[in-house]
Amino acid sequence: MRHIISILLENEPGALSRVVGLFSQRNFNIETLNVAPTEDPSLSRLTVTTVGDDRVIEQITKHLNKLVDVVKLVDLTEGNHIERELMLVKVKALGAARDEVKRTADIFRAQVVDVTPSVYTVQITGDGGKLDAFIQAMAPIGILEVARTGVSGIARGDKLLSL
Amino acid sequence: MELLSGADMIARFLKDEGVERIYGYPGGAALHIYDALFRQDSVQHILVRHEQAATHAADGYARASGKPGVVLVTSGPGATNAVTGIATAYMDSIPMVVLCGQVASHLIGEDAFQETDIVGVTRPVVKHSFSIRHPSEIPEVLKKAFYLAATGRPGPVVVDIPKDMTAPTERYEYVYPKKVKIRSYNPVTRGHTGQIKKAVDMMLKARRPVFYTGGGIVTGGASEALTDLVQRLGFPITTTLMGIGAYPQTDNQSLGWLGMHGSYEANMAMHHADLIIAIGARFDDRVTNNTSKFCPTAKIVHVDIDPSSISKTVRADVPIVGAAGSVINEMISLVQGREAASPEALAEWWQSIDGWRAEREGKLYEPSKSGEALKPQEVIEAVHRVTRGEAFVTTDVGQHQMFAAQYYKFAKPNRFITSGGLGTMGFGFPAAMGVKLGYPQDDVVCFTGEGSFQMMMQELSTCKQFEVGVKIVNLNNQSLGMVRQWQDLNYKSRHAHSYMESLPDFAKLIEAYGFTAITVRTHEELAPALERAFADTNELVFLDIYVDPFEHVYPMQVPLGSMRDMLLSKTERT
Ligand SMILES: Cc1ncc(C[n+]2csc(CCOP(=O)(O)OP(=O)(O)O)c2C)c(N)n1
Ligand SMILES: [Mg+2]
Repeated sequence: MRHIISILLENEPGALSRVVGLFSQRNFNIETLNVAPTEDPSLSRLTVTTVGDDRVIEQITKHLNKLVDVVKLVDLTEGNHIERELMLVKVKALGAARDEVKRTADIFRAQVVDVTPSVYTVQITGDGGKLDAFIQAMAPIGILEVARTGVSGIARGDKLLSL
Repeated sequence: MELLSGADMIARFLKDEGVERIYGYPGGAALHIYDALFRQDSVQHILVRHEQAATHAADGYARASGKPGVVLVTSGPGATNAVTGIATAYMDSIPMVVLCGQVASHLIGEDAFQETDIVGVTRPVVKHSFSIRHPSEIPEVLKKAFYLAATGRPGPVVVDIPKDMTAPTERYEYVYPKKVKIRSYNPVTRGHTGQIKKAVDMMLKARRPVFYTGGGIVTGGASEALTDLVQRLGFPITTTLMGIGAYPQTDNQSLGWLGMHGSYEANMAMHHADLIIAIGARFDDRVTNNTSKFCPTAKIVHVDIDPSSISKTVRADVPIVGAAGSVINEMISLVQGREAASPEALAEWWQSIDGWRAEREGKLYEPSKSGEALKPQEVIEAVHRVTRGEAFVTTDVGQHQMFAAQYYKFAKPNRFITSGGLGTMGFGFPAAMGVKLGYPQDDVVCFTGEGSFQMMMQELSTCKQFEVGVKIVNLNNQSLGMVRQWQDLNYKSRHAHSYMESLPDFAKLIEAYGFTAITVRTHEELAPALERAFADTNELVFLDIYVDPFEHVYPMQVPLGSMRDMLLSKTERT
């Protein structure tokens, strides 16, 4: 099953490489990885999506917790949560396709954020599935480039991942 | 307020931390630190002849004493030479602090002379690592390094020290930090009481229980508590290779050690058990054999300080995360005043075990007859006798290692010192050196093979310089015996590169370093040679003992089988 694990990480040099290294060293897989500082400059938040059965996920969370730089973590998929990813897509936009791109973007509530006579750059947010569907919808028109941030997520309700 | 340079802070910190001895080798990036060591006399520096030996010596000392071993090496090749020793300590959870010189900060990343990213290179084999970014942080970082190395599940910690951090001209305030806190690191101590109660209830109800304990008992200093618990319950106990001595092997409740080359009765008992109480052991593949056939009728209680060791390879029914000593003590207080539900079942269980013991009694190996080559097993037994079973024993890796583990019986923990997890040839001799430096009054014996010894024999020179009187017992079978055994069993005796056709004359070699060597080829020569070798605890003596090159280590678990599937000799199997 697919899991979204969010980690509060010491904002220290080498911390990220320890997390990433752990995945390759122990043969765990990383589907997406997203990392940025938090409101507390000493902490980064890292979100990783991974796939594995319960035993593997248990090992992943245990080994992550063992890393000295990992302050706290949560497997968001264990409860209700919000999952978001941002994607920028460049599509060929010539002639009739210009309208087609606009229409499709509207259906997905995506925005065109940059325009040239031949290219539209579209921004879309949503969960991974929505982004995949958008790529499929745009594919026939002609995708030139895709940049995805990887999944970020947060628990619904009062639950917090904080110190 | 005291102002010290980074280099002087390091020397001073080691003294304040109570470090008596460090093992190392100098080079450009570490020279400020070496100069600081030169100007003090609290910390002794042992100059090894290869950085790998420094790590093994520190490791050996750590295993014997329970205190972190400390290593100092220079950048680049100095640090990379230490990697094997760091990995060895990591696999066996041994506390160690490795201080590595590094090129000056402004050169990092420029492929400077003798630059390697040692933090990157060692990342998968350390508990944690640090890079010093300002000289003023040295005391605190070092304190954290020692704290991390020695607490929780111990392990090696690398500290990377760019040369400019130790510059003699830059001085900062030095205060020895008595304590440090790391917010993200809070090793558990006590186990979950509810889980411990559940485990104890199962223990009292068990009909065929067996304790399976590992290195966690030794590193956790829980040997006395364990012995108490096991004796109160009257259960059989088997240990892993790393756990040898944690329960006295001389006691009747001890089944010896288990696994690939473990005792017949230990493996049989595990296979037939209805309850396995695993403490500080990690169900590794050299123990479990095929996990899908592992102990089919047993429920499993697993106590470990490291949650990631629990249910990693074999699922635990009652997982308990906690320090061995604390959990065992809690078990003792719960057991007190209570009785096993069915003593008859336990008595029956002991009958089965004694039956298994009787089956193999006197059949473990065939002693040599007069005129035949000595058997390695009888050499180990003879060394056991002459040292009254009280020596510190280190080993290298191979057949001699397994024979040492099988035939030297240990009554105490921290005495059998072997590279279990990584299986590092070359470990034994430098490890013995580290032990002997820490325990000069004791006999320290290194059982080695002519293959392994040649990987670290340059340390004879270190032993000369520092007058380290270890006894080296070279079980010379003129081959890479363990490799050859596998080739006999799995490759129709095609001995690809398991021969040593150009062995040195060890006696001459040892004499060249200024030590005594005794060559033993016959039965008659063995006893007098041992008498002579062990006459003076402080004299290094090398025994070159020719043993039967065709001997195999048995029992040996059959690959992919269960615990009880074993070859018992060249002609018998279960
Ligand atoms: C550094 C290293 N290289 C290779 C091996 C693989 N290996 C395991 S045992 C062994 C043979 C050891 O020979 P020797 O030291 O003579 O011991 P013996 O088995 O003959 O007693 C080898 C090559 C190892 N364990 N470590
Ligand atoms: Mg050999």
